[in-house]
Amino acid sequence: MHELFLVIDWAMAIEKLILIAFIVILSLVVAMYETYAERKVAAFIQDRRGPNRAGPFGILQPLADGLKLFMKEEIVPNLSNKFLFILGPGIAMLTAMMTSAVVPWSSHIVINGRNFDFQIADVNIGILYIFGVVSMGVYGVMIGGWASNNKFSLLAAIRGASQIISYELAMGLSLIALLMLSGSLSLRTIVEQQQDSIYYVFYQPVGFLIFLVCAFAECNRTPFDLSEAESELNFGYHQEYSSMKLGFYLFAEYVNMFISSAVMATIFFGGYDIPFVNDANFGQEHGQTFLAILQGASLFIKVVIFIFFFIWVRWTIPRFRYDQLMRLGWKGLIPLALVNMIVTGFIILLKQYGWHFS
Amino acid sequence: MADSDEKSFNMKALTNRSRTVDRKPMTFWEKMYIPAIAKGMSITFGHIFKKKPTINYPEKTRPFSPVFRGLHVLNRDEEGRERCTACGLCALACPAEAITMEAAERLPSEENLYREEKYAAKYEVNMLRCIFCGLCEEACPKDAVYLSETFATANYNRQSFIYGKKDLLIPHPKLQPEEYEKAKGLRVSPK
Repeated sequence: MHELFLVIDWAMAIEKLILIAFIVILSLVVAMYETYAERKVAAFIQDRRGPNRAGPFGILQPLADGLKLFMKEEIVPNLSNKFLFILGPGIAMLTAMMTSAVVPWSSHIVINGRNFDFQIADVNIGILYIFGVVSMGVYGVMIGGWASNNKFSLLAAIRGASQIISYELAMGLSLIALLMLSGSLSLRTIVEQQQDSIYYVFYQPVGFLIFLVCAFAECNRTPFDLSEAESELNFGYHQEYSSMKLGFYLFAEYVNMFISSAVMATIFFGGYDIPFVNDANFGQEHGQTFLAILQGASLFIKVVIFIFFFIWVRWTIPRFRYDQLMRLGWKGLIPLALVNMIVTGFIILLKQYGWHFS
Repeated sequence: MADSDEKSFNMKALTNRSRTVDRKPMTFWEKMYIPAIAKGMSITFGHIFKKKPTINYPEKTRPFSPVFRGLHVLNRDEEGRERCTACGLCALACPAEAITMEAAERLPSEENLYREEKYAAKYEVNMLRCIFCGLCEEACPKDAVYLSETFATANYNRQSFIYGKKDLLIPHPKLQPEEYEKAKGLRVSPK
């Protein structure tokens, strides 16, 4: 047993633990301020001001919201399944957080001769892992709807789950075309490939569009938010939840948004690559640490732009009806993704054979 | 199709402003949704930079008109003597029965406090009953009560909404001139 302490690589374990704590805290803080940003941007679009009373410019508003959610009474419906009732928001939050494990937040920094990577787990199957975890997120919605012992919640949960699985297909298909270009599922490899050449969004514009639409659907975000709409289904699957469980559901949606933005920025827009700057030369001149910080900041800026885009679209477009949504997912996006895949494969083969057809 | 509908309903167009509904199938660009979405998004983006009509209350307030019927004020004359004689006409006129008062006789030492021999020792307006109609202001023969431009602030219990004489009396013009001027506001006093 004592030998176990010598065998474990303590440096790596501590390094990963610190990184995990840092990224979890970062996700939560960003999700918190995303709620603030949503209210402010929504207000500015609607010709009003948004919260500006809690702290200067309303910066402390998310803290007030969090405190309010903590202080509310925890209601558990009498006839609901208690274990599943508490499990639902837990799974939603868990899967939202787990996706952040494979996203490369920055390149490495060098401490004491060790390379300290800013990625919790650089697995070979990065994108596939993300898909797996997102598919598990369906469980959070379904379990929440079922455990509420409420027909409307169940109906909303069924709609939500069917929406998520329909758009997952199109998402996967659009990524296959991208994988044909990059040849690797690992996210860090994809970012490194984009550092040398053009960002993949210019190689795959249609793929990016499909992925964007599917990301909206995965996050249950307008125009696809009919499973949590007030007027349609009485708040949907999180109707029966109060206090912190509801907080978990809402927060899981915002963390999902943040992670989807990060994944989109990584796959299509170069991730932590600073645009128009040759990163390797910059690293030689100014030191690796400074470069790593700037790269992290660059990814963060891209994520913020995407989040603004999410919020902007939410307050522009009205909600889809359920049959319109299904028709778009199955009859619109999947054929488009398939065609995109075929065209990409065609062009890649053509390029391989030197632009000749024989 | 339109003709047969018109004939079966025997309808003639009454004005020339009616237009038939456009039931053409969507064009390719319309079916794509993307151009329409982009147009909509540019409109919302433009709204971010427009000027907001919100007024930052309580730092800035909207100006009220001078005839705004707000909180009651018990008036004094130019020398600072209270005008109210507790005649009870305002209490009679009030449709919500919000005003109550108790009269008292003026002692010879209090000549400079009250105008006439009868004055109101207790004058209470229940702000929760008051409907701010201004009938008390119209009914008063002594120009003693009028409705000013402020409004009643929020409170935690019902008792604190019964405003007594100390809350309603206007500040003394000789002893507290600035507050008197501020409280007078834009009201034009009849002469």
